[in-house]
Amino acid sequence: MKITLSVLFITISLFYFQPASAQIDSSLLNTPAKKDTAKHTLSMDAIYNRPFKKLGSSSLSIGGYVESDVQYTNTSGITNGDQFQFRRFSLFVSSTIAPHIKFLSEIEYEDDPSGDAGEAAGPEFGVEYAALDIEFNPLINLRGGMILNPIGGFNENHDGPKYEFTDRPIAMTQMLPDTWNNPGFGLYGKKYSGHWMYGYEAYVTGGFNDSIINNSQGKTFLPAAKSSITRFNTSASGEPLYTGKLSFGNDQIGELGLSYMGGVYNTWRVEGAQVDNKRSVNVFDVNFNGTIPGLHTNIISEWAWIFVDIPPDYTPEYAHKQFGGFIDIVQPIIHGRILDWDNATVNIAVRGEYVDWNDGNFAATGQKMYNDLWSIMPAISFRPTPQTVLRLNYRRQTQNDITGNKIGAAIGPTAGLSFGISTYF
Amino acid sequence: MKKRNLLILILFIFTFSATIVSITSCKKLFPEMINPENGLCGPITLTNSQTLLFSAGNDQFFANRSSATGLGPYFVATGCGSCHSSDNRGHPFTILTRFGQTDSTGNKFLAEGGPQLGTFCLPGYTPETIPAGATSTKLIAPITAGVGFLEAVPDSEIIAMADANVNNPNGVRGHPNYNTIPSYVTPLSGAIPRPDGKYICRFGRKAAVYNLFQQVALAYNHDMGITSSYMPYNPFNYQEQAVPTTPSTPEIDNDTFYSVVFYVTALQTPIQRNATDATVVQGQNAFVKIGCADCHKQNLTTGYSPIAGLAYQTFQPFTDLLVHDMGPGDDDHYTEGDALTSEWRTTPLWGLGLAPGVQGGDVYLMHDGRAHSIQQAIQMHGGESAVSAANFSKLSSADQTAVIKFLQSL
Repeated sequence: MKITLSVLFITISLFYFQPASAQIDSSLLNTPAKKDTAKHTLSMDAIYNRPFKKLGSSSLSIGGYVESDVQYTNTSGITNGDQFQFRRFSLFVSSTIAPHIKFLSEIEYEDDPSGDAGEAAGPEFGVEYAALDIEFNPLINLRGGMILNPIGGFNENHDGPKYEFTDRPIAMTQMLPDTWNNPGFGLYGKKYSGHWMYGYEAYVTGGFNDSIINNSQGKTFLPAAKSSITRFNTSASGEPLYTGKLSFGNDQIGELGLSYMGGVYNTWRVEGAQVDNKRSVNVFDVNFNGTIPGLHTNIISEWAWIFVDIPPDYTPEYAHKQFGGFIDIVQPIIHGRILDWDNATVNIAVRGEYVDWNDGNFAATGQKMYNDLWSIMPAISFRPTPQTVLRLNYRRQTQNDITGNKIGAAIGPTAGLSFGISTYF
Repeated sequence: MKKRNLLILILFIFTFSATIVSITSCKKLFPEMINPENGLCGPITLTNSQTLLFSAGNDQFFANRSSATGLGPYFVATGCGSCHSSDNRGHPFTILTRFGQTDSTGNKFLAEGGPQLGTFCLPGYTPETIPAGATSTKLIAPITAGVGFLEAVPDSEIIAMADANVNNPNGVRGHPNYNTIPSYVTPLSGAIPRPDGKYICRFGRKAAVYNLFQQVALAYNHDMGITSSYMPYNPFNYQEQAVPTTPSTPEIDNDTFYSVVFYVTALQTPIQRNATDATVVQGQNAFVKIGCADCHKQNLTTGYSPIAGLAYQTFQPFTDLLVHDMGPGDDDHYTEGDALTSEWRTTPLWGLGLAPGVQGGDVYLMHDGRAHSIQQAIQMHGGESAVSAANFSKLSSADQTAVIKFLQSL
């Protein structure tokens, strides 16, 4: 207790007796973003709706974000103690090449393996996004390069500083493969009418591979496809992955997105000879985000259904069907000038999550297959500016294995505390 | 500083400090350790280096395999933990099929992929089938916890239990399953082989497997299609492939293999719950009185073991490690070693009450999960156990309930 009081006293002292100029005046370095990233736009705009800084008189703008945290988790009474994690460092570079022609790239260091953990070799450093956009008409834009498949809302709108939680939603990263990027091409467009916005995206890209039903997770696991080191050059099935999304937005209500992604995932042909049937994966997704007028309560939610064609003589550990999603509710409780920050906010928030990695019944017994997870995560966050967040989360989670068993070191009740920072720069 | 700012600061600092306090002292925010009575994954008392080996084995035991890490092409499950969730019994979804013959002269279908059917296969492969003329049985994985203690029971104790049955008034006999052991298996200390060179085996539903080293090698190879230094040939489909004659590169290295052997060897025994409850005690007395304990012996004692925590320990598995004739109802027309078609090893009853936790809330008992309740399992006992099963039926309703409650406490 004495130690805690000492920490409290020292921390208060540090905050209260502020040095006159503890840091270099950031305005000398910074051209602040004009956009408030907390404000609502269509998810498809998220790639460009980031704070960029123009580099002098050149056509280049740069930006980026970083996120880091400390976590303490405990599953069934077993803990690995405090874990300090440097999750991501992401650098954006964009350029307006000519009127109606622009380019944006995002290079990311990520130490939050979201592929098949059993195959992942550690921190990744790679090109997450690098695409050229050519606008023929507001309704017809061509995009090509390394793109983010527009499945749901989170995949295109996942930057750490936008969320009040240190962890990404489990269903989006451990069921859906967010962040899911692929080489490919497609069209998108938007139309505005009064308060209403409509958008569409339609892409053909490279896609999944057999690892989604043959991986170290022992379950149908779309993120396993991300562990393939050849996927940016070689399509396992030789067929495109189709991704499409329709978005309907109202600037006073919110945005509803309906999306689909599907195609053949397996290597069914080797050197011209057919070695297996074509098997498909289909994903349907609904996402919503909006703000309750007056209360300023922000709600972000996404739910996805995955259907996978599994070989008939395959273990039921690999599911035909999966379902999961999350809902974030964020309530600003204090907004205004705090210390020297004019536009600061303190939020309370909660995230609810559910994932069922094996939605169905055992053929052998007719019993329900579990392999599911529930989680609830209250949070408090402080945003000195809309681009920067300090967040404190507490998670309670319960998980079953495929038989419904919830006793074990890797499953069962889990709780965790995390404190993290994330900011655009 | 404005009051509001100060309040916010205090709020934020309080929350931050509360977090530190919570992490360091408040246990209620976090799940507590599983009560050992309800969990099976814990180790016996180990040295530090043994604990590290146990931990490495634990990771491997619950790891899932893919084709990239050796799975298949024919398999039953993707990892040890698929069949032994929390080191417990198996679920019918991982039931395995063995095929062979009705006599005890050895498996005649090895060239057709025997003795085990690869229930599942990797995409692109054609499923295995049971060859014409073969008989078969289905087997649910037995409980893993405590198996190191069973391994450490001296042969002399098993022989003594068999000898003591000669005059059993209920007709219980039973015998050890003598079987040929593979060249990679080293006989245990104190082993008493038969003059024909066969050894007393004790693992598996028909007690055809000699020790945990062999059991792990078999499980990796037959259940997961993973080759090791000890079993270097992948399972195959005889309709599409000839019998492999060239050993494969091991898909699991010897260190990993040994860590898994050590892990299962060092698992703690299941702990009885509510042992002093009056009904449980009443049930235990009735269990002994009607003859169940003639085979399901409560106490066994280990002999020497290189792992101190296993040596010279008396423990409560409720088995005699002998195979017994269970009557025509349990005759699957399939033999392993000396165990004839209707003979099955006395199943250790420890951990029985925890079965619903890993069997979807229900129970699937007997060797193939045919019994869906403990009462049904008792009634399915025939052959040498028929007298005890009949005695159970003659018990008062209260005593029957007490026996069930006793068994659920195990």
